[in-house]
Amino acid sequence: MFSPDIVLTATINGLMTGAVYALIALGLTLVYGVLHIINFAHGATLTAAMFGVLVLHQALGLDPYLAILVLTPLFFAVGYAVQRLVIGPASHGEDVNILLVTLGLAIIIENALLGIFRSDTRSVDTPYGFSVIEVGDLFLSTPRVIAFFGSIAVAGLLWLALARTDTGKAIRAVAKEKTGAALVGIDVRHVYAVTFGLGAACVAIAACLLMPTFYVNPRVGGAFVLVAFTIVVLGGMGSIPGALLGGLFIGVVESLSGLYLGESLGQIGIFLIFILVLLFRPTGLFGAKA
Amino acid sequence: MNARDLATGFAPILLVVALLALVPLFVSSNTVLNFLVFTLIIALAAQGWNLLAGYGGQFSFGHAAFFGTGAYAAAILQVNLGLNAYVAFLVGIGLGALVGFVIGYLSFRSGLRGSYFALVTLAFAEVLRILANSAGFTGGAAGILIPLEVSAWNFQFESRAAYYWVALALVGAVLVLVRAIERARFGAQLVAVRENEAAARALGVDALAVKLKAIAISGAITAAAGGLYAQYFLYLDALIAYGPWISIEALLAPIVGGLGTVFGPLVGALALHGLSEGSKMFTGEIPGIDLVVFGVVLILVVAFTPDGIMGVLGRLRRRLAGSTAKSTANAAPLPAREEPAA
Repeated sequence: MFSPDIVLTATINGLMTGAVYALIALGLTLVYGVLHIINFAHGATLTAAMFGVLVLHQALGLDPYLAILVLTPLFFAVGYAVQRLVIGPASHGEDVNILLVTLGLAIIIENALLGIFRSDTRSVDTPYGFSVIEVGDLFLSTPRVIAFFGSIAVAGLLWLALARTDTGKAIRAVAKEKTGAALVGIDVRHVYAVTFGLGAACVAIAACLLMPTFYVNPRVGGAFVLVAFTIVVLGGMGSIPGALLGGLFIGVVESLSGLYLGESLGQIGIFLIFILVLLFRPTGLFGAKA
Repeated sequence: MNARDLATGFAPILLVVALLALVPLFVSSNTVLNFLVFTLIIALAAQGWNLLAGYGGQFSFGHAAFFGTGAYAAAILQVNLGLNAYVAFLVGIGLGALVGFVIGYLSFRSGLRGSYFALVTLAFAEVLRILANSAGFTGGAAGILIPLEVSAWNFQFESRAAYYWVALALVGAVLVLVRAIERARFGAQLVAVRENEAAARALGVDALAVKLKAIAISGAITAAAGGLYAQYFLYLDALIAYGPWISIEALLAPIVGGLGTVFGPLVGALALHGLSEGSKMFTGEIPGIDLVVFGVVLILVVAFTPDGIMGVLGRLRRRLAGSTAKSTANAAPLPAREEPAA
């Protein structure tokens, strides 16, 4: 068995990774909650954002955290446009079509990145990449602590925006009853596109928070997106608190099963949870309201 | 089944297969034959997907689970147990059906459909991939190699043309199978479940049993493609056998060719891989460019011609037929027709 210290460190590391997972899942669950579609291009969007961080760093020397200011509005705009101009018109409002169109987008984005950047794995060097914070007996990686609090802060902001702003209310109205929302004068297509843009923006922020400690290659998003699906299903499709709790939980599960089962079998834990939840509690463990 | 049904249903299959069988007599280039064998393997895998999704409406994103099972069974039973290659191939098909049944039983019984079914199949394929990558008897990450011993008895042939004919024979057999299913009661029930499951159940169709039968046959067909892949390339690893690439290939071809049509997967596979070879020739060796083309084609087809190439051909034919005498035989047959109660 492992000493309590190691298990504790693994748990805390899991929580920190889990917060970023939660942020990625947040974008997915938001889009699901409002548009009732599964966005298969979510992982590819994350990969694109991570390459965005890399390019900004290499070309302009921009710090990954400052890249948030550039990439968040950019990805919001691209997400908005893609939903408005591609996904919406191409799918004729059918679920299966949306699944296929976003799958097509994922294939295009991933392979375009492969064509441009080749399959090499790259990372960003920052002066603080390996710095640590001492908490009691534990040494925590500074960028991961920042990622943890950054993700929680973004989740909180999103929650507030949905609860308090007019756009947030419109989004919630469309999520509940889109015909009714259209009848009271809400532009449903605009709301769809805004939601999709928000999903992409979440992913852009997650990419900026991840890059100081993570690497990027054209296939990296695939690993994240399956984890994000698991979290979304676990937390209840469309539930923001569910995504947050689910993300933290999955982060810990991954970290601990990696500790006890080894890196490659550790991933299985996540998929098994995914399958079991889908089969036995498709509404999610945290019993989210529809 | 009367003579006209035979003529309109099975004669075109015979004709297409006979014409394709002539190709190696005119083409001796190994590159071209390689391309054709690979495309036929894809068409076979895609036909399995088409039966479940095109006719049954259950969109799987994880047909790699079946392809990989067929491929690994063919390789492992030969290498580790010394079984004859044909026996291994057949056992692989059986295991593919079994995996299909198990996945189907678990997911359909839980009422998963639409996006949820797509996700759960994807997860099953990924679990199998990780297991195959870590287990010992699959050769782990190093993969598994079938020793080269060329003889017809070993299901290994010297000429590419022989592989081509074997692949074509399998594709032809499955075309006939799917046409027969389409014309049988089971096919009508499958389409009824796709169109409206509740209504089908109200009419007394056992929807669960129909879907289970479909996913088992679908798994068997796609496993056959996997076994053929193993025999042709003689090497497998987890990413080849259970990787997402084959799940995507299996769904792209029928969607592009024509969902829920007998020829859709074959036409789609030929069109897509022809296009991908063309784009490679055009742009040189940029990695991933062929897949970018696939992605664009997928979106365009979904947006503009949801019934694929076969749908476009059908409309063209009807327009041509409409200008001459109208004949009922020319009205493109629907994916399945209700047989009069026997």
